[in-house]
Amino acid sequence: MAQPALELKGISKYFGSVAANRNIDLTLQKGEILALLGENGSGKTTLMNMISGIYYPDEGKIYVDGQEAVISSPQDAFRHHIGMVHQHFKLIDIFTAAQNIVLGPGGKGARLSRMNDDVRAIAQKYGFAIDPKKKVYDMSVSEKQTVEIVKVLYRGADILILDEPTAVLTPQETEKLFSVMRAMKADGKSIIIITHKLHEVMAISDRVAVLRKGEYIGCVDTASTNEQALTEMMVGQKVELSIARPKASTDRPLLEIRDLVVRSDEGSRAIEDLSFFIRGGEILGVAGIAGCGQRELCEAIAGLRKVEQGGIYHEGESIVGLTPKQIAARGISMSFIPEDRLGMGLAPSMSVTDNMMLKNYAEHRFDIAPVPVAEEASPAKKRWLRFCNRLGAFINKLPCPFVNRRAARAEAQRVIGELDIVTPSTETPVRRLSGGNVQKVLLGREILTEPNVLITAYPVRGLDINSSYLIYDILNRQKERGAGVLFIGEDLDVMLALCDKIMVLCHGRLMGVVHAEKTTKEELGLMMAGALDLAEEKGKPMGVAKDSQIAEGEDSAWNA
Amino acid sequence: MDTFFANAISFGVIFLFGCVGEILTERSGHLNLGIPGIMCVGAAGGCLGVKLAAMPTDGANGFLVVLSGILFAMLFAGILGAVYAFLTVSLRCNQNVTGLAVTIFGVGFTSFFINNVVMTEGVSTALSFAGQNFFNAHIPGIEALGWFGTVFLSHGALVYLAIAIAVAAAVVLRYTKAGLNLRAVGENPATADAVGINVTGYKYTFTVLGAAIAGLGGLCYVMGYMSGIVGSNVDQTIQGIGWLSIALVIFTLWKPAFSILGSIVFGILYILSSRITGISFEQIPLLNLVPYVVTILVLIVTSIVGHRETQPPASLGLSYFREDR
Repeated sequence: MAQPALELKGISKYFGSVAANRNIDLTLQKGEILALLGENGSGKTTLMNMISGIYYPDEGKIYVDGQEAVISSPQDAFRHHIGMVHQHFKLIDIFTAAQNIVLGPGGKGARLSRMNDDVRAIAQKYGFAIDPKKKVYDMSVSEKQTVEIVKVLYRGADILILDEPTAVLTPQETEKLFSVMRAMKADGKSIIIITHKLHEVMAISDRVAVLRKGEYIGCVDTASTNEQALTEMMVGQKVELSIARPKASTDRPLLEIRDLVVRSDEGSRAIEDLSFFIRGGEILGVAGIAGCGQRELCEAIAGLRKVEQGGIYHEGESIVGLTPKQIAARGISMSFIPEDRLGMGLAPSMSVTDNMMLKNYAEHRFDIAPVPVAEEASPAKKRWLRFCNRLGAFINKLPCPFVNRRAARAEAQRVIGELDIVTPSTETPVRRLSGGNVQKVLLGREILTEPNVLITAYPVRGLDINSSYLIYDILNRQKERGAGVLFIGEDLDVMLALCDKIMVLCHGRLMGVVHAEKTTKEELGLMMAGALDLAEEKGKPMGVAKDSQIAEGEDSAWNA
Repeated sequence: MDTFFANAISFGVIFLFGCVGEILTERSGHLNLGIPGIMCVGAAGGCLGVKLAAMPTDGANGFLVVLSGILFAMLFAGILGAVYAFLTVSLRCNQNVTGLAVTIFGVGFTSFFINNVVMTEGVSTALSFAGQNFFNAHIPGIEALGWFGTVFLSHGALVYLAIAIAVAAAVVLRYTKAGLNLRAVGENPATADAVGINVTGYKYTFTVLGAAIAGLGGLCYVMGYMSGIVGSNVDQTIQGIGWLSIALVIFTLWKPAFSILGSIVFGILYILSSRITGISFEQIPLLNLVPYVVTILVLIVTSIVGHRETQPPASLGLSYFREDR
C-alpha cells in the first residue's frame, strides 16, 4: 500500500480541563477526498487547527509522507505542504485577490509585479473563476472562498483542509466547488473536507471519518455506507432524520410588507420593492445566498433600520417609524444569529440572567408582597396592615430604579430547563457557553414573551443535529400556538422540510413565493441565483394577501 | 516670502519624522501615543550624541557630528519604542494607557537629562556651533538660484533625510512584499498569522523602527530648526509637536507619500502665528489650534465618505493573541 499523505497517531488536545480531542488516529491517503464528520463541539476544527499549526497538540504524533512532522506554527504546516481554508475567511478586506494570495513569506518568491499573472495561471489550471485585481470587500462569499483556496494552492499545498466550505454557498456554487475539488484530486492533491451536510459527504468524499465528543469513532468507505448509518455514528444513537411539519390552522395575515425599500449600510438598495405577508400558524422561509438583504429585512421589521419606501403592517396597522421597543411591545420579536453567533441580541460577557433582563428590565417594578391580615387581630392593627398593603400596592405601580433579579433568574431557570441548555449556572457569562447553547438562550428569551410574529435568522447556524432538531421543535410549537414565523435559513433541505412556504430573495428582489411541498431544491437554487423569476413570469403582483388586513384607503395605490 | 516657505519646510519635516514613524507603527496595528515622549527622548539622545562628537569644537568633523547625533537620537528613541513594544506586543497592555505613560516618562526624562547630563560647561556653545555649521550646512552657491534655491535647497541634511525616509516608507508599503505583510498584520493579525507571517516580529520591528524615526524629529527640532539653541522649555515644545504629528497621521490617511505634503501644510499653519503682523499676543494660541481643527475636519470628511481605503488599519489598538477564541 502506498505511503499515506498524512497520518495522525494518538492526538489529544485539552483546553483547561476539557478534552477537545482525545487519542485520535486518522489517515489521509494521497489523492483522496476524506470527509470529516461530527457534531458541533466534537473537535473537528480543533483537530484540523492542529494539523495547520494554529494549535499545538498536547499528546500524539503527526506524520507527513511517512516522516514525523512537528507542526507548531502555520509556517511549519506550509513547509509540509499543508494548507487550510478556514470556516471564517482569513482575508484582508482592503487587499485585492492577488495581494491576499501572495501574502506571507515563502510561496514561490514571486515579485509583486508578477502576482496577477501567477494567480491567473493557477486559476486556469483548476478551473477557478477569479479576478486577481478585485478587492475582497467587493466580493461575494463564494468569490472569497475561491481566493482562500487559490491562496493555499499558490503556497504549494498538497494537503488541503476545507472547514465547512459549503455552509455559505448556493447549490449551484457548491456543485462548482465540487468540480474544482475533483480537478484537484485528479492532480494528486489530498483533501479533507469538514461538513455537516450528509448528502454532500455522500456526493464528494471517498472515505468518511467520524468524530464524536472529541473521540475518533471510525472511518468508512463512502460507497459502502448511507446517511442513516453515518448519522448514527455521529450521534451515537438512532435519530429520526425527518423534520416534522405539523399542520396548524392558518389565520389572517399577521404581518404584511408592501413595496418595501431599505438601504444597506453602504447606501445601495438592499431590499427592493418587496411585498409579502405572514399568516398566523405558518412558517415562511426566506431563502437566498448570504448578503441578499436578509439582515436588512430583519432590521427593518424590528425597527432598527430606516424604511426608505413602502409599508410594514402588523394586524393592519403600520409599524413604520415606531421604535424597536414599541414594535416589540406589539408582539413582534426578532432573533438574528450572525456569523459570529453572538453579535445581535446577546451581550457576551453578561450572564444568562442578565441577558434575559435585557429585553424587559424597563418593566421591572417593586415587588412588595402584601402582608396577610389575620381575622383575629385587633381593628387598629388590621387598619394599619391594610394601610401598609395599600401603600405597597401603590409603590409597586411606581417606576422602579432597580432591576428584579429574582424574577429574571426564575425566567432564566425556566428557559434553561425547557430548552435543555447546558450551563453551569444562570450566572455564567453567555460567552462561555457553546455556540448551540448561546443560540438557545437567545431564542428562548424571544419566545418567552409569547410573540405573535417571530423573526428568526439562521437559528441553527453551526448547530449539531440534535440541537437543530430541538430548535425546529421550538419553532413548530410557536407555529402551532398561532404565531407567524419568518424563518431565514441557509440549508435548503431543512427549509423544504420545515417551512410551509418559501420566499426567495435575490439581491433584495422577490423572486417568488412557493409552497414548500410543491417546489424542488433545483428550482430554489435557480431562483436564488436570479435565473428564474416567478414574480415576473406570472405577471401579477406577488406577496399580496387576498384577505389583507390593511384598511381600504390607507394604501390606495394598492387597492386601485 | 521665500524665507517663510523655507522655514515652513524646515519646521514641517519635524512633523514628517514623527508622522512617518507613527504611520509605520500604526500600520502594524499599534497606536503609539508615546510618540511625543519618544520625540523628546530623541532630542535628548541627539544632544548627547552631538556633544560627544563635537567637543572640542575646533577640529570636529561635521559629518561625524551629524552622524553621531542621528545615531544617538535613534538609539534613545528606539529603546523607548522597544519598551512600548514589549509592553503592548508581548505583555498585551492597553496601548493607549501605555503610550500616554511613555509620553509622560519621555518628557520628564528629557527635561532632566538635558539639564543635568548634557548641559555641562561649554556644551551650549558647542551645540549651537554644531547646529549652525554642521546641521544647517547647505549646498554652496544656491543664492544664485533665486527663490527656488531658498525654498528648496537651503536646508540642512536632516530635511532631505526626512523626505527620503518618507519616500522610502511609501515605496516599502506600496511595492514590496514586506510592506504588504506589514499592512496585513495591521489589518488582521490572525490572517497574517495563518499565512505564516511572523506577526510579533513585524510588530516589534516596525514599532521600534517607527520610534527611532520619530526620535529624529526631536533631533531635527533642536539641532536643525533651533540651530542647537536648547531652550528651557524644549521638552514642552517637542511634546506639542509630537501630538500634532499623531494628528498628521490621520490628516494624511496613513499614507507616507501624502505626509510629505501634509507636514509642510502643518509647518505653514504652525509658524503662521509668528509671521502674521497685527495680531495680539493672546490670539496666538488660537492660531495654533488651526492644525487640530483641520485634522478634525479631515476625520469628519473621511468618516462621512466612509471609503474603505481611507480608514485606519482595522486592528489598530487591538492586542493579538493567537489562541484567543
